[in-house]
Amino acid sequence: MSTQSLLKQTPLNALHRELGAKMVDFGGWDMPVNYGSQIEEHHAVRRDCGLFDVSHMLPVDFKGAGVRDFLRGLVANNVDKLQTPGKALYSCMLNEAGGVIDDLIIYFMDENWFRIVVNAGTADKDIAWMSAQRDKTAPAIEITPHRDLAMIAVQGPNAAAKLWAALPGSQALTESIKPFNAVVVGQMFIARTGYTGEDGFEIMMPGKAAPFFWQSLVNEGAVSCGLGARDTLRLEAGMNLYGQDMDEMQSPLESGLAWTVDLKSERDFIGKAALQSRDINYQMVGLILQDKGVLRSHQKVFTKHGEGEITSGSFSPTLQQSIALARVPLGIAPGETVEVEIRDKRLAAKVTKYPFVRNGKSLIEGAGS
Amino acid sequence: MTIPADLKYTPSHEWVRVETDGTLTVGITHHAQDLLGDMVFIEAPVAGRTLTKGEECAVVESVKAASDVYAPVAGEVTAANSAVESSPEAINQDAYAAWMFKMKPANAADVNSLLDAAAYQKLVEAEAH
Repeated sequence: MSTQSLLKQTPLNALHRELGAKMVDFGGWDMPVNYGSQIEEHHAVRRDCGLFDVSHMLPVDFKGAGVRDFLRGLVANNVDKLQTPGKALYSCMLNEAGGVIDDLIIYFMDENWFRIVVNAGTADKDIAWMSAQRDKTAPAIEITPHRDLAMIAVQGPNAAAKLWAALPGSQALTESIKPFNAVVVGQMFIARTGYTGEDGFEIMMPGKAAPFFWQSLVNEGAVSCGLGARDTLRLEAGMNLYGQDMDEMQSPLESGLAWTVDLKSERDFIGKAALQSRDINYQMVGLILQDKGVLRSHQKVFTKHGEGEITSGSFSPTLQQSIALARVPLGIAPGETVEVEIRDKRLAAKVTKYPFVRNGKSLIEGAGS
Repeated sequence: MTIPADLKYTPSHEWVRVETDGTLTVGITHHAQDLLGDMVFIEAPVAGRTLTKGEECAVVESVKAASDVYAPVAGEVTAANSAVESSPEAINQDAYAAWMFKMKPANAADVNSLLDAAAYQKLVEAEAH
C-alpha cells in the first residue's frame, strides 16, 4: 500500500517527480531529498546556484494596530531592531519555561503588517500558541497562515544572476535588497535570506506560479536541490535545525542562540524570567572528526568536564571531513580535543568555532578547500 | 540491469558472488546504495575475522545515514577491499564491482539458503509498496 496520498504535497510536487527527485516523507510532507547526487547538489550551491522547495514552511501574516507591541512580548529577540520596512529578524519563540517552541524569521513590512515564517513540523502548534497569546493580550490582531503560498529558495554565488535572467525585469527591483531584507514585487515576496551560508533569495509566491518559476531557473542552469543538500549546507553554515539542535526542552542560551535573545532591554517577553533564573551549564561548539567515520546526532561526546551530545552531525562535502554541532559542558574551548562514541569506538574530534563554511570558503584552518 | 542474475542476495540487501574456488565475494546491492545515497565512509571487516550468519560485520555510511552490513553466511573473512574503503563513492558508481569483503564459508552448502535474483527482485518490489 502506498502512503503517498496521506502525505502533504507542495505545488511543486509533480515537477519534482518529473525532474527525477527521490521523494521522502519529511515530517508528513512528500518532499525531494535529492535528484541524484546530494553531494553534487551541495557543491552546486557553494559554487554556482541551487534551488530548494521550502513550501512546507509556513508564512503567517500578523496584521492590525499594535502588532509590534504584541511581538515584543511573543518572541525572544527584540522586534524593535526592525525599523526599516522589509527588514528581517531571526528569533526564537519561547514557552514560559524558556524552552524553544520554534525558531522564526520575522519580516517587518509596516506598522500594521509583520510576516513570520515558521517551520513545517511546528506550524500547527505555533499557530495555536500565537493565537492563544493573541487572544490574551491583543485580540484585535489578525493572524493569517498562508498555505496558498509556495516558497522557493534560490541560493549560491550566482543566485542573483540566475534570478535576474529567469525573471525579466527583476534586476532593478531586487539588486538593492540587502542581506536579511525583503521587498514585495507584485504577488512575489522576495527576501535576501537563506539557510546555506551563501548569497541568495527566498521567494514566496502563489502556489500556481511556482512550477513555471522553478522551471525558468532550471532553464538558466540553476540546479534542483533536495532537503539532503539543504541539511549539509546549513550544518556547514553553522545554522541550527529546530527539533535537533534545540527544542522545547532546551534553552536557547544552551543552544548557541544567545545572540538572538535580547535580555538587555527592559522589555518583557514569554520565557524571559525563566531564562534569567535558569543555570547555564552547556554550550554549543563545532566538532571536526579527526579519524575516519561520520558524526551523527545523539552520539555521546566525552570531555574533561563531563559528557555532551552531538545535536547535528554529517559529512561536510566542502571540508571532506565529518563535522557536527554538539552541546557540551561549559569550559571546553576551541582547539581542544574531545572523544565521540561511534558504535563501539571512541574517536577523536577537534573542538572548533562555527560556522565551518561561509560564501564557498572553509573557515577552518587546515581543512578542505 | 540492477539485479544481476548470476549473484545471490540476502533480505538485508547484500549481494554474494560464489567464486570458482568456493570463496564468496560480498557487497551491497544497487538498491541499497540507491536508498542510502552518496557514500562517504566504509568499514570492512579485517581478514581472519570469523563471522556467524547475520552478524554485523561492516558499516556503510552515506551523507544521510549509517547502515550495517551483515554476514550472508557463517565463515572467515579472507580479504577486505581497501580500495573501496578509500573511495566509498565507488559503491554508488557500480555497486556490483565495488565489493566490500571476501570470505570462505564454513559450509559450502549454506549459500543455497540465499535468495536468487528473482526472489530478491520480488523482495525489492514488495518493499517499494
